[in-house]
Amino acid sequence: MSNLLIVLIDGINYAAWLFISAVGLTLIYGVMRVLNVAHASFYAFGCYVAVTLAGYWFSHNYPPHLSFFALFGASFVAGFAIGWILERFLLRYQYAKDEVVILLITYAVFLILDDVLKLIWGVDPYYASDPYELLGTFNVGDMTYPNYYLLMIGSAIVLSLGLTYMLKKTRSGKLLVSVIHDREISSAMGINVGRFFSLTFSFGCALAAIAGGITTPTISVVPGLGVDVIVLSFAVVVTGGLGSLPGTALAAIIMGVVRSFCVHYVPQLELFVIFSVMALVLVFRPRGLFSLAEARKI
Amino acid sequence: MKLDKSLIYMIGFLVGILIASPWLPQWILFIITLAGANGLVVLGLMLFMRLGLVSFGQALFFCAGAYTTGMLCLLLKVTDLFVLLLASGIVAGFLAYLLGFLLAKYRAIFFGLLSLAFSMILYGVLVKSEKLGSTDGFTVSGLTIFGWTPETTQMKIVLYGITVLSVIVALLFVNMILKSPRGLLLTAIRDNEIRAEYMGASAKSTIHLIYIIAGVLSGVGGAIAAMVSGHIDPNMTFWTSSGEFVFIAILGGIGSVSAPFVGALIFGAIQTIAYGYSPNTWQMTIGICLIVVILLLPEGLWSLVEKMRKKSRV
Repeated sequence: MSNLLIVLIDGINYAAWLFISAVGLTLIYGVMRVLNVAHASFYAFGCYVAVTLAGYWFSHNYPPHLSFFALFGASFVAGFAIGWILERFLLRYQYAKDEVVILLITYAVFLILDDVLKLIWGVDPYYASDPYELLGTFNVGDMTYPNYYLLMIGSAIVLSLGLTYMLKKTRSGKLLVSVIHDREISSAMGINVGRFFSLTFSFGCALAAIAGGITTPTISVVPGLGVDVIVLSFAVVVTGGLGSLPGTALAAIIMGVVRSFCVHYVPQLELFVIFSVMALVLVFRPRGLFSLAEARKI
Repeated sequence: MKLDKSLIYMIGFLVGILIASPWLPQWILFIITLAGANGLVVLGLMLFMRLGLVSFGQALFFCAGAYTTGMLCLLLKVTDLFVLLLASGIVAGFLAYLLGFLLAKYRAIFFGLLSLAFSMILYGVLVKSEKLGSTDGFTVSGLTIFGWTPETTQMKIVLYGITVLSVIVALLFVNMILKSPRGLLLTAIRDNEIRAEYMGASAKSTIHLIYIIAGVLSGVGGAIAAMVSGHIDPNMTFWTSSGEFVFIAILGGIGSVSAPFVGALIFGAIQTIAYGYSPNTWQMTIGICLIVVILLLPEGLWSLVEKMRKKSRV
């Protein structure tokens, strides 16, 4: 019994991380039909910004508990700004192209940004574990867990509830939903679709950067760390049904728990279990768990 | 069978290099041989693109071919080049045959992402198999040809010769396929699958067939890459490796069967130069080239050749 609890706690923590990492990707796809490979770079960018700021913050003895706001805030702002530039000066002119072509453009952006990161921060690893240690630990049975787990899970819940609230209850959220359903009609009704696109893209990139910022205290920040994250995020959003928020959450939970079972019982399977889940789901639901039916082109 | 002029030039170029090979610097030969291996994989991707599909997991078959060669060499002591090439092609083709049943049902972005998932599954398996060197991979050596063991310098020429042979066979074969009714169907399926099906064609079986052909080509390409570089590791099936193949395919374009090889040669050149000048920014160079090609030459470098042809005709 207690074993099961341990597996579940690890699984939920991993699921929270998967959800935070993937939610920006699904948001951008849902609104714009753009599968953003550069998501990886924004995640990495968030990591570097957070790790640099954390080093500065703690060496200057600023109030340590405020560091969280500073870290996440800085990642968010950096991601939003670069995302906005990218959308404004490159992607905006490409929307007429095929989905796959736009994906390739974002892949090119990913290649470029990955090297920009190396140029700015070099290739040495960085660490910022102060915020992680700051929070202390909690006990479940005889197992000790870092409170950072709770922060991670809490952030995932806040993010999912916040995004759902924004989409369902606010005026701009409702307008956004209409853009998702039909961008031409929305445009004809006087909605500024272009502005929604650039806001959504920037916001999605900012979410990727925040994911990086939240993860930073638990990892060492090295070049190429986005490369692994992006394929995991792909797996989550595709399994959930591209563009679906509840789908992404459900897929993250399934994958997190399944992976945690594997790590504890069959560690050989750890690396490919997530992609096996994805392949398995796509076999039975070709468009993912929560996908909308699409009209056939005749 | 009518041969394209570009095909004759391509074959002429490859054979010319083969004749000149004893006098060429070895690194040039190495780059061209690897470009040939990459070109074989990209030839398969080109067929997909004619169907309107992009695979983000073609490295799966590339890696399967390389590991077939490596494992036969390491575990069963099979060292004959031709046997290894053949076996790699067959194993990769069989794998493609099995996966094809599933993948032939998927289109657009889902085709790409599901193939990505399969290549990442292989990556996960290879990383966890310690007998095969885990993430470090292992070396492939002691190759022979018809019982003869060439020295290192001779070996490079022999390998290049075998690459040229495989490439020529692949070029002629794919050219034949594209000129056949089945090949003409590819564009029809891309333009409108439902209409093509109403004409009595099966999109699914066509995609499955192309998937197998691409699998065999990639397997042979992987085997050559394993032999030439003498080392294999799981990164061959990581998604970034598939990304490079897609890049080459975009670079070359889908206008002709020679285009993937032109793309692969230019990719080899860009990579060598960029890596030589600044190893930390070679990805950036590749990225910038990709954006430039997509924005300015959406049909790939091959469209330049076609433009020149039109001009000379006028």
